[in-house]
Amino acid sequence: MDFLRPTTLAEALEAKAANPRAVPIAGGTDVMVELNFDVRRPDALLDLGGVAELAEWEVDDDMVRLGAGVPYNRIITELGAKLPGLAMASRTVGSPQIRNRGTVGGNLGAASPAGDAHPPLLACAAEVEVASSTRGTRRIPAGGFFIGPKRSVLEPDELIVAARVPIASGPQQFAKVGTRNAMVIAVCSFGLALNAGKRSVGTGIGSAGPTPLRAPEAEAFAETEIDGLWDTREPLPDSMVRRFGELVSEAANPIDDVRGTAAYRRHALGVLARRTLAWAWADYRTGSWST
Amino acid sequence: MTRSSERTRTEGGVGHSPVRPDGALKVKGEFAYSSDLWADEMLWGATLRSPHPFARIKLIGVGGALRIPGVHAVLTQADVPGRNRYGLEHADQPILAEDIVRYQGEPVAIVAADHPETARRAVAAIEVEYQVFEPVTDMDHALRPDATVLHPDNETGNCVRHVRVRTGDPEPTAPVVVTGEYSVGMQDQAFLGPESGLAVPAADGGIDLYVATQWLHVDQKQVAEALRLPQEKVRLTLAGVGGAFGAREDLSMQVHACMLAMHTGKPVKMVYGREESFFGHVHRHPARLRYEHGATEAGDLVYVRARIVLDGGAYASSTTAVVANAATLGVGPYEVESVHMDAYGVYTNNPPCGAMRGFGAVQACFAYESQMDLLAEKLGMDPVELRLRNAVREGSRMPTGQVIDSAAPVEQLLKLVRDKPMPPPAADDLREMPGGVSNTTHGEGVVRGVGYGVGIKNVGFSEGFDDYSTARVRLEVVAGEAVVSVHTAAAEVGQGLVTLQAQIARTELGVAQVTVLPADTNIGSAGSSSASRQSYVTGGAVRAACEKVRAEVLELAESPDARLEDGKIVNDDVVVADLVELLGDKVVEHTVEWRHRPTGPLDSHGQGNAHVQYAFAAHRAVIDVDVELGLVRVVELACAQDVGKAMNPQAVEGQIQGGSAQGLGLAVMEEIQVVDGKVRNPSFTDYLIPTILDMPPMPLDVLELADPHAPYGLRGVGEPPTISSTPAIVAAIRAATGKALTRVPVRPEHITETEETT
Repeated sequence: MDFLRPTTLAEALEAKAANPRAVPIAGGTDVMVELNFDVRRPDALLDLGGVAELAEWEVDDDMVRLGAGVPYNRIITELGAKLPGLAMASRTVGSPQIRNRGTVGGNLGAASPAGDAHPPLLACAAEVEVASSTRGTRRIPAGGFFIGPKRSVLEPDELIVAARVPIASGPQQFAKVGTRNAMVIAVCSFGLALNAGKRSVGTGIGSAGPTPLRAPEAEAFAETEIDGLWDTREPLPDSMVRRFGELVSEAANPIDDVRGTAAYRRHALGVLARRTLAWAWADYRTGSWST
Repeated sequence: MTRSSERTRTEGGVGHSPVRPDGALKVKGEFAYSSDLWADEMLWGATLRSPHPFARIKLIGVGGALRIPGVHAVLTQADVPGRNRYGLEHADQPILAEDIVRYQGEPVAIVAADHPETARRAVAAIEVEYQVFEPVTDMDHALRPDATVLHPDNETGNCVRHVRVRTGDPEPTAPVVVTGEYSVGMQDQAFLGPESGLAVPAADGGIDLYVATQWLHVDQKQVAEALRLPQEKVRLTLAGVGGAFGAREDLSMQVHACMLAMHTGKPVKMVYGREESFFGHVHRHPARLRYEHGATEAGDLVYVRARIVLDGGAYASSTTAVVANAATLGVGPYEVESVHMDAYGVYTNNPPCGAMRGFGAVQACFAYESQMDLLAEKLGMDPVELRLRNAVREGSRMPTGQVIDSAAPVEQLLKLVRDKPMPPPAADDLREMPGGVSNTTHGEGVVRGVGYGVGIKNVGFSEGFDDYSTARVRLEVVAGEAVVSVHTAAAEVGQGLVTLQAQIARTELGVAQVTVLPADTNIGSAGSSSASRQSYVTGGAVRAACEKVRAEVLELAESPDARLEDGKIVNDDVVVADLVELLGDKVVEHTVEWRHRPTGPLDSHGQGNAHVQYAFAAHRAVIDVDVELGLVRVVELACAQDVGKAMNPQAVEGQIQGGSAQGLGLAVMEEIQVVDGKVRNPSFTDYLIPTILDMPPMPLDVLELADPHAPYGLRGVGEPPTISSTPAIVAAIRAATGKALTRVPVRPEHITETEETT
């Protein structure tokens, strides 16, 4: 097995173009487990740990351009105010050791339906920035990035460079069900973003379909129902919150597996959707968000 | 008790909690485990395992594997030099599969190569043609007359053992009757140090094996038979053990590594990966249990009828003893006039099951404690009151007819946990919510519940087994200081036995400087580090050897009634002699084989004095459950246990906390999921064990009610807390949710009734 260790993004992209079957590795929290379990045996590993450009984040207008190699612990400590949903999701990732190593770029690269970063990226309409040495950079909406279990639209010569995540303009929430109180892969998860500026509601469902999913009908329903309430900040009717939960539940496409039944996942997503909407709206009512 | 036993004056002696010699090393990651062994020129072994739970091997092609550069050997059953059978109770398991494989993961061939990766590639290059059969996977179906018989040599078909216990009225009736059916999933010991060891061929044609195990001598015997070597040519030394909990009682890589080493003439190391480890050792028996309890209106138990079926999987391992425990302890720590109990251990094509902490008593306790709660509910009684009313005490007769002849403070233990102050409501902190930092509730749906459990466990090996340990104790002067060395073959598996042996020597000989030599087969057997027995049996052997050493020293001092204290011979508080001066160049050494009092067999009605000692623990569990999501947080787990004598109080607390955590795991998360004979979650990603955020604070009460038959009055500590924590937690979840919850582990689907598949 070859071990490629570029020090610049340009070198990394060239290496990827020259070795399209090379598996990129950042924190190694997914890839090394697969290697250890002999699930895959790539011809080459492309270690992105030495590429400084990937390890930083910057504010670009109303976005955070989050380098693919920024580990979760930095998202938690540095971006909690700007990207609250992603920071909440980051807190639920693995153990402190894994949060020190694991990255959003790696999560996107693995493209697991259970990836913790995915629901908040979907909910706040983030984009995935990818690049190739020959074709340059393209931006893919998070909702269009995933095409199947562990499959994405990333081409063999491309690397994930950054996630472009809009700075929150409203409360965000993330909740994840696991059968242990920490260090657990999601049985199902849900991300919610209220955008007070655009008066929109974003959703993201994890671990309840072949890919991470949005719940478009639930979003449209909530936007319609909340429409008059952004200014009045009145409480949401219980019936509305319940219906939102049902629509999220219906948007899921879960299976039975070793972590839980499809029926449980649908049920739990409805509960998470109701609760997170109630929490987010309560935050909105008492917070300083302007529309 | 002897006068010397009562003295704990020597610093670091019995009753103290001296620092463990391995503690700091383990915390710093510097402890050498068996997976860290190394020898120059060594090869790496790897194992080809059957992907099928039940199949005939038609052909094994090793040519492709042998042609890979770096591969030194590829061996199959034809290469086993001696007997291709092993097993703790029945030798029914092949070292390498012959014509039939009976479980997924059964070893078929082994490889030695100069690099672990090469060895794995060679394993993948071995070609095996299988004729796949329909596996027998249901334990009840396996007992039916028309089931495929998996071991044609076994006279009782797929039944490994049936133990019946009959006492009292054969057709009892009672005014109040409750029945229940319960099931227990397959739990794994989940030790962190995978199976590993190093075999080094010796010049005399023998072999030196360094291995993590629980019982060196039973390994030695089985390895020698498989290698067709005299036992003395198979020399074992204990390597650093990363946890055991029963999973290292059976052989794993021992014979394989030795075969490869003898074949290649080079040292061979084998280390299982985490996934392989799930296939490399036995698990806790899954069980189905049907109970009927009859009681008076006042709440006195009249009878218990029970049928317990334990799935032993493909090979017997220690199933026969597990069945006996389930049968003889299956009524629990309660006085019952009439008992009609049948316990069965069966062969299936599921993963083999054998020893795990609690050993048959765990499965039964979940069922009988669930029954006690059901009965209390039917009677409108407080569940603790019902238990107190029926609790055994010293002098009670067990269903086997055996009289409990030392402390059985069940009543006191229950009252201790019941009367503890209740923990406060959860604070406004995610870490105190069910679901924890995953942010699933801010208090919505959260209901608190309280539940109780009490259990009983036998200590030591039962049913007439010659259960002994051997200890050599040597006292001499080294560099002007009196020094004791203690040598046994007892396995330190993390429980603290090395520390304890030194404590005993300090107390008995009044010498501060004690060295515990590495455990190996240069001395006689110590028996297994299991059955909560090592402090009792090896502790007893070390003490007995010390007593002989002391007697010789006192004879030398011509003060037979004196004591040894702080390096002095002391008589009536007068120093008679200094130990260093007295000994001079003399070495005083004694080796003792020590036995606990004998036990007897069970007759056809399950009657007999089969157990050495009984041990008891009680738990009160306080839980918060999110009833909408089915997520549980155990808020507090109070435990009271009688340990006879807290030999090392810190280690005792560690055992109670660790045992309770393992019981918590079985209650709410730990299960090897097996479908059609195949394991679906062989990893720590999906086999979940409790983390520090799952394990609550544990208020403990440790009673020291001496057992006059046991060294220092001690009572085995390791297993009882594993047994009663599971039913206590499930009872608490029932109390909060109102759900019946007849199966462990309880999953969120059970609480939210979303089990149906789509």
